Amino acid sequence: MAAYILRRFVAGIVLAVLVTFITYLLLATTFDSVVRALLGPAGTDETVAAKTTQLGWDRPILVQYGDWLLHAVQGDLGRSLFTSEPVIPAVSQRLSVTLSIVLVALVLSVLLSIVLGVTAAVRGGIVDRLAQGISLVGMLIPGLLLSIGLVLVFAITLKVLPATGYTAPGDDFGRYLAAITIPVFVLVVAGTASMSAQVRGAMIGELRKDYVRTLEARGLSRRAIILKHVLRNAAAPAVTVLGFEFITMLGGAIFIEKVFALPGYGTFSLNSALRGDVPVILGITAFSVMLVVFVNLLVDLAIGWLTPKARML
Amino acid sequence: MSAEQLLNDPDLSATPRRSVLRRLARDPQAIITTTLILIIVAAGFLGPIFLAVDPNQADLRSANALPGTPGHPLGADQSGRDILARLLASAQTSAISGLIGAGVALVVGVTMGLIGGYFGRRTSAVTEWVFNLVMTFPGVLLLIVLTPVTGGDYRFTMLIFGFMLSPTIFRITRNLVMGTKQELFVDAARVSGLSNTRILGRHVLSAVRGPIIVATAFLIGTAIATQAGLAFLGIGSSAVPSFGSMVGEGFTNLTRRPLQFLWPSLVLGILTASLVLLGNALRDALEGLRTVPPRRGRTESPAEPVSMGEEDEAPLLRIRHLAIGYPSTTGEIEEVVHGVDLDVRAGEILGLVGESGSGKTQTAFAVLGLLPPEAVITRGSVQLNGRELLGLSGEELRTYRGKTIAYIPQEPMSNLDPSYRVGSQLVESLRATSTLSNREAKERVLALLARVGIPDPQRVFRMYPFEISGGMAQRVLIAGAVASRPALLIADEPTTALDVTVQAEILDLLRDLQAELGMAVLLVTHNFGVVADLCESMAVMQKGRIVETGKVRQTFAEPQADYTRTLLDSILDEDTVRTDPPVAPRDHKEVAR
Repeated sequence: MAAYILRRFVAGIVLAVLVTFITYLLLATTFDSVVRALLGPAGTDETVAAKTTQLGWDRPILVQYGDWLLHAVQGDLGRSLFTSEPVIPAVSQRLSVTLSIVLVALVLSVLLSIVLGVTAAVRGGIVDRLAQGISLVGMLIPGLLLSIGLVLVFAITLKVLPATGYTAPGDDFGRYLAAITIPVFVLVVAGTASMSAQVRGAMIGELRKDYVRTLEARGLSRRAIILKHVLRNAAAPAVTVLGFEFITMLGGAIFIEKVFALPGYGTFSLNSALRGDVPVILGITAFSVMLVVFVNLLVDLAIGWLTPKARML
Repeated sequence: MSAEQLLNDPDLSATPRRSVLRRLARDPQAIITTTLILIIVAAGFLGPIFLAVDPNQADLRSANALPGTPGHPLGADQSGRDILARLLASAQTSAISGLIGAGVALVVGVTMGLIGGYFGRRTSAVTEWVFNLVMTFPGVLLLIVLTPVTGGDYRFTMLIFGFMLSPTIFRITRNLVMGTKQELFVDAARVSGLSNTRILGRHVLSAVRGPIIVATAFLIGTAIATQAGLAFLGIGSSAVPSFGSMVGEGFTNLTRRPLQFLWPSLVLGILTASLVLLGNALRDALEGLRTVPPRRGRTESPAEPVSMGEEDEAPLLRIRHLAIGYPSTTGEIEEVVHGVDLDVRAGEILGLVGESGSGKTQTAFAVLGLLPPEAVITRGSVQLNGRELLGLSGEELRTYRGKTIAYIPQEPMSNLDPSYRVGSQLVESLRATSTLSNREAKERVLALLARVGIPDPQRVFRMYPFEISGGMAQRVLIAGAVASRPALLIADEPTTALDVTVQAEILDLLRDLQAELGMAVLLVTHNFGVVADLCESMAVMQKGRIVETGKVRQTFAEPQADYTRTLLDSILDEDTVRTDPPVAPRDHKEVAR
């Protein structure tokens, strides 16, 4: 098991290095225009060259990246080119806003998906068609339109929820809940739509396996078989999807932050990307990749715990 | 499996294309969604030709013009740009986005999938690894981060996005290629001297086509939605009209002119929803029929219980006129077991013999109440000790299962839950059927494992099913079956999946246990050697009917039915230990097993 975790962890580190490297390579093609934007219309060829040298962007690309990586490993991601804000606290502050929405949405989606997926697979018939219908509707409604519709109804017409803005849970928990209700709801609809279909499929596949019949023949109750045996074996593929769903939700949060004017990670990346704030962009990439690596590691751990066979691989 | 059977394989990869098209042409969901998509795309490309209005031409005099204003049939936006012209141009943007995104995903995914699936293990591992990496890229975020690189050109963005979408196609292609590669016709093609590329092109591509078309519908939808989303965020050139930017602008103007928000949302919503629904319709058409809703543990109660005539000695298990059917594609019930009569007396071993598909396993499952969910018992009666079992609920049957009736399956490995240790599975079922404490149950299980001939019970108790051999697993399953000293043991081909040497040991074990516990055994088998070795009486089944019953010795000496004679003749020339009578082609009824 230890070797398994270690291997997954190393794979994660490789992913992080690779993604940041590719991002660096791609961004390097824009360095010239970034410097010109930084200097404004007053910038001459000489000042541009001087600034490029000052930023170290005249060195070979591998050296530049190696330098960035070396600092990154030591916990230094540099400062914003435009605001001189240190990258790490800036990114983590915005990230906490996004995560305070995404994690709540993820947990709720998981719970709902298990209930819906298991019920649909076990009950079949009308219950199944109903659950599939719900899932389809959730998939068909674009999240963007759903969030705007909900704002129209609950914030503008009924005035029960705020239309925009964010309060940290530590400051005022009630207002925090009110602020995240619609965003979380929108993410949960999309998340549950895709994950419950996965849970249902995995459960149906598992229910048809031989051991289910044998356990039943030995006199175990159907309930015990489903909850203890079938669900556990069906959980592994569903948990894998959970990892992807987290990534999808991080992406979805960007749109939602825009609609609700939330000071999150997405808004921050958007603004930095539009400005070409290279250190911040790289910092955001590094943070999100590490986040993905961390979540995938959790997923792998969960799968290892759920299916002993996976530990051997 | 012959090539002909392969072609008739119900698997979606081999569905003849014409019947899929015909099915699609009859599916209203497919027709409506295709029509909607075509209309929107055609409007996007042809509309601007007929409507000679520049979608970007701002005219402040007509700012926020209402629908119906001359020159602006759907009104104009805040800067006075014509909404209809912008909608048409946006449809074009969407179509191009979808085509670029899905196109790149297709080219990259199929090419790499073919390479990864067809060539050696190392190529496969490397491509798999790379695509797993791509899959974990946080897609949208990366697209945003790369804005400085793409310079806001949505076509470039979609090109990158295509790479991010490609893992889906790669997976499908690779898995199908690996599956197809195993099949005979590719081997045959290779033997007949075709080059690798020819094989890939001709055979494999035709097999992977269907699932990829389905996935493409979804990918186009994803690409369109993503492009719109990015435009909504304000990424991309403002000179390119897009549903996303229209939604975004309409959003800011929502209270004054809600329609400005409605139009693009509506078209975008219809377009993406149609693509998802079309994908679903395509999948249904390719998979043949919609899946039967799984409903297990509740067989329909017998339509007509049959009253029994008096008999000298009541058997332990009495089956009368048992008929089992499955719903066919037309919805009618097609019978596979047609009125079986069978008696098993207490303490006797009865062999139920027949070839694959004769209905013997179906009969055995009916006794246990464990037929597949779609099976229907159309008539008959199954009595245990004089008590009717058919029509009992799952909970009522549970009082018999494991205690009075026990079951040994055919395939040992797949009949143990891979996620729990051997011992805990046995303890769990023993505790479910008894009042033993955890410790008592554990001691009992250890004793049972020793009894069924497992050399180191303590160690095996702590092992996972995939860590033990097939013969060992079958011993574990036997231990589980006899744990509560059942009166009737139903053994479904208990040795078929095992090595010949292990087969004999398992048969010996069964014989010993039967004598020791005095239980009756209903032994389902296709193997006359096993019957001769173990059974007192036998019943021969053919095509869902019992054609002969009697004492084993007598039946072997003087078979009454022609079918029995044919079966016996076909094996007596061979060595009796390794007897595999001619196996009829498996028909679809046996697949339900």
